[in-house]
Amino acid sequence: MIYTLFSILVFPGLLFLSIFGVIAEFIDRRLYARFQNRMGPPWFQPVADFIKLLAKEELIPEEADARMFKILPVFAVAAAVTAFLYIPLWNTASLFSFEGDIIVVLYLLTLPTLTFFLAGWYSTSLYAMIGAVRTLTQLFAYEVPLFMGILSPAILADSWSLEAITRFYGEHPWYALFNILGFAVSVIAIQGKLERIPFDIPEAETEVVGGAFTEYSGKFLALFRMAIDIEMVVCAALLAAVFLPFGLELHPVISFVIFIVKLLVIIFIMSLMRSIFARLRIDQMVNFCWKYLAPAALLQILISFILKGILVR
Amino acid sequence: MGKVMIPIGPQHPALKEPASFNITLDGEKILDMIVKVGYNHRGIEKACEQRTYIQDIYLLERVCGICSHTHSTCFLQAVEEIAALELPKRAHYLRTIVAELERVHSHLLWLGVAGHEVGFDTLLMYSWRDREIVMDILSMLTGNRVNYAMNTVGGVRRDISPDQIKTILPLVDILEERTKYYIQVASEEVTLIERLSKVGTLSHDDALKLGAAGPTARASGRDIDVRRDDPYAAYADLSFKVITDNHNDVLGRTLVRVGELMESYKMIRQLLKNIPEGPIAVKAPRKIQAGEALSRYEAPRGEDVHYVKANGTDRPERVKVRAPTLANVQAVAAMLKNGYLADIPIVVAAIDPCFSCTDRMMVSMKDANSRKENFIDWKTLRQYSIDWYKQNRGVDMSKIKISKRW
Repeated sequence: MIYTLFSILVFPGLLFLSIFGVIAEFIDRRLYARFQNRMGPPWFQPVADFIKLLAKEELIPEEADARMFKILPVFAVAAAVTAFLYIPLWNTASLFSFEGDIIVVLYLLTLPTLTFFLAGWYSTSLYAMIGAVRTLTQLFAYEVPLFMGILSPAILADSWSLEAITRFYGEHPWYALFNILGFAVSVIAIQGKLERIPFDIPEAETEVVGGAFTEYSGKFLALFRMAIDIEMVVCAALLAAVFLPFGLELHPVISFVIFIVKLLVIIFIMSLMRSIFARLRIDQMVNFCWKYLAPAALLQILISFILKGILVR
Repeated sequence: MGKVMIPIGPQHPALKEPASFNITLDGEKILDMIVKVGYNHRGIEKACEQRTYIQDIYLLERVCGICSHTHSTCFLQAVEEIAALELPKRAHYLRTIVAELERVHSHLLWLGVAGHEVGFDTLLMYSWRDREIVMDILSMLTGNRVNYAMNTVGGVRRDISPDQIKTILPLVDILEERTKYYIQVASEEVTLIERLSKVGTLSHDDALKLGAAGPTARASGRDIDVRRDDPYAAYADLSFKVITDNHNDVLGRTLVRVGELMESYKMIRQLLKNIPEGPIAVKAPRKIQAGEALSRYEAPRGEDVHYVKANGTDRPERVKVRAPTLANVQAVAAMLKNGYLADIPIVVAAIDPCFSCTDRMMVSMKDANSRKENFIDWKTLRQYSIDWYKQNRGVDMSKIKISKRW
């Protein structure tokens, strides 16, 4: 009981994730800055931002639904943290596991996006509402390729449980090479989920000011930012667990270091994407996702099915 | 979501200066748009009438922070024409050098802003870093990064030394190298082209009809450039191409601007190589004889026009400034027809607007949001000022006659 509580609240749960999220945000910002030939912020900048936001006054629009307005950031953080508990980190066993947990993780990762939409909707501000609608429109575009991309390794492993998938790829590490296309599709779709360039359309500041978070301030905004940081770590961890399944049978400490390195590699790729593209328009984004990303994900699923027939018998 | 009216401005992250675009949206599509300028009216023209010509140079330099040399040169060309001053050749060359450096810094700045508007911040950081080179050249030549205070009536205030020429030439080479890279980015980067091409289309006929100027017009295939059509300063001695483009969209405007950068480097090299020896200014009278003149100048943003009327004293009787943005801002509504909300920032930015340069009129801001137009006409304004002076200064001005032409 105490161990479970410790896992949920401290390690690898809330506290660890918050700290790691903050570090990930710093690394992302620093890399982004270095790609742009800037110095970037000092290491404590994300923490300083967080503390600053906590100290600020919270303003709730008069016409907004105050209860929803306050509760949504908590939902976002909770959903992202819960998703992390099902992901195997430094060995093939995750904290909690059951057949079908990969679907639950994907579902839990969709929740923050939905809270962003609701946050914008309940703010009753024009910019926030347009941002909210864009969030939802975008969700329908990237979610399908993302699901197909992440589920195709599961097809090859013949299991809907993350634990079983990692165990399968741990036994046959070279099979991971067949999933490169799915990995590419997922990394691109994750950019949409995390609302980063080129898919940062919902919070494009030159168009809709702050997007869904326009009316948010103080600790509520801080929580939302924390939720996005945690979401980034969870997404990276999910990609690492599904697509980069090596180094899991070693000593736990070494495996943990390898796990961190994998996350950093994925964050590096995401920062690189963020700095080399311009922001797409929402119609171009939806077009791109359905025209190129979804067929690519389908192709990956097809590859998985064929390989399953040949290799796993 | 049904039809909504969304205000872009007067305060908005996409706008660097106050202007108001009230946009009716159907989802992401633009249905209708109301443009309002006038939030930054500073009364500079009126202030010019109360100051001497020398003071006016520095005041007019502050019409625009980016093209400050433009406005002082344009004003002085008119003044010098009235005073029938013959400028030494070296002064013309020095003015042109600063003018072209200013164009380089303005276009590099624009490139960064355009990148930022489409969410391509890396382009912003890169081009603004390279812009520092030209800012350094300008501060070396004139002592200032902006508002150079280079001009005076009858010439320029600072000379250029052979050492400075030697320092500038390699820096221009670096800039040229970087600009070639930007041309490559603008014509090859997929997402950037997606966002720029077919956006904010302004056909050749519309550009003609709406009186667009500068790069905005040239990107719609209008072959106009005051530097070639009506040469001033040292432009008659230079060989350069007028860059035009037939894309008619924001991509075309980007290509025209980066193309113009390359031409500017060519011109700067010619100017530095061929600069004649001699004095940099002639002595100018403090009082300018009566007369009037209109002066044209190709600013980085388009044609700038100054009208000056002198009455024989040391102060002008009337100064009129027509900044290039006034010519271009009319075209924005046409460009945005059937456009998307996401395109508004880049389309507005693509004319390289400078609203504080443009704002010449008085609009009551009180009803800006209620869609009810509430202009103050001349009579009401006059009555208001008479009442104000009576109440606050105790002066009765109602007896003063105003001439018929108003």
